[in-house]
Amino acid sequence: MSHSETVSPFTVGERLVEKTFPPITRHLLALYCGASGDRNPIHVDIDFAKKAGFPDVFSHGMLVMAMLGQSLTDVVPPARMRRFSTRFAAITQLGARITCEGAVTEILEADGERRARIALTAKDEAGETKLSGEAIVAI
Amino acid sequence: MVDRSALGRALPTVHAEVEKGRLRFFLDTMGEKNPVFRDPSAAQAAGLDATPIPPTYLFCLEMMDSEDPFAFLEMLDVDIGRILHGEQSFDYHAPVVAGDRLAFESRISDIVDKKGGALTLVTVETRVTSQTGRHVADVMRSIVVRN
Repeated sequence: MSHSETVSPFTVGERLVEKTFPPITRHLLALYCGASGDRNPIHVDIDFAKKAGFPDVFSHGMLVMAMLGQSLTDVVPPARMRRFSTRFAAITQLGARITCEGAVTEILEADGERRARIALTAKDEAGETKLSGEAIVAI
Repeated sequence: MVDRSALGRALPTVHAEVEKGRLRFFLDTMGEKNPVFRDPSAAQAAGLDATPIPPTYLFCLEMMDSEDPFAFLEMLDVDIGRILHGEQSFDYHAPVVAGDRLAFESRISDIVDKKGGALTLVTVETRVTSQTGRHVADVMRSIVVRN
């Protein structure tokens, strides 16, 4: 037990998650529209976006949350995910190159298992936070 | 303005199946390389019966198989061009894998004004159960309406 604890990556302060994704293109937004079922035209139809008062189409927030989720499941087996939550802090623009980061903030016990709380952010290439949130995972 | 009489109202139940083909479309779109999502033997090695869904895919399943994924906006008398996503959460109670058939039961759980009425925050809570009746997840989304 003590040995596994010393090698566990789940210690407070550990920067567990870091992943950068390719820039968000119009093509990716079109693919995500079909693959996710989120067919809100504001993400793919520039005429619609302009009518709604935006200069151009912009990313689905859930596309960026999916990037954050992928950066998590790269390091945490999917079956160990217990909670995943985000706040969408700012609109993610076309061309954004998203970097996802996460660090362990707490080790806790719940429902008879040990869990880690991981604070998460997704930022663009200028360092602006687009999503902030957290995950709780069984360890 | 948002029609507050919709508070507490249930949305039509959505039934969705985790189909391998359209799940692969999502994985390809996201550039997902992790074998646990693609290779059944990798999934079994991770303790799962079949390949699992990615962490946000419950949101997609509900939208894909809803007869009208934006019907709740009509209920609220809100134009789709005026909404932004505010918050999203998933509480996972059991794994969801390829082949599962899920039921999504949603209701409008909160409607609250922000910034002196310039924005209204609408919260929708969803209970997800599997084909065996198991409660597999709770999903919460909040939508920001620009008034």
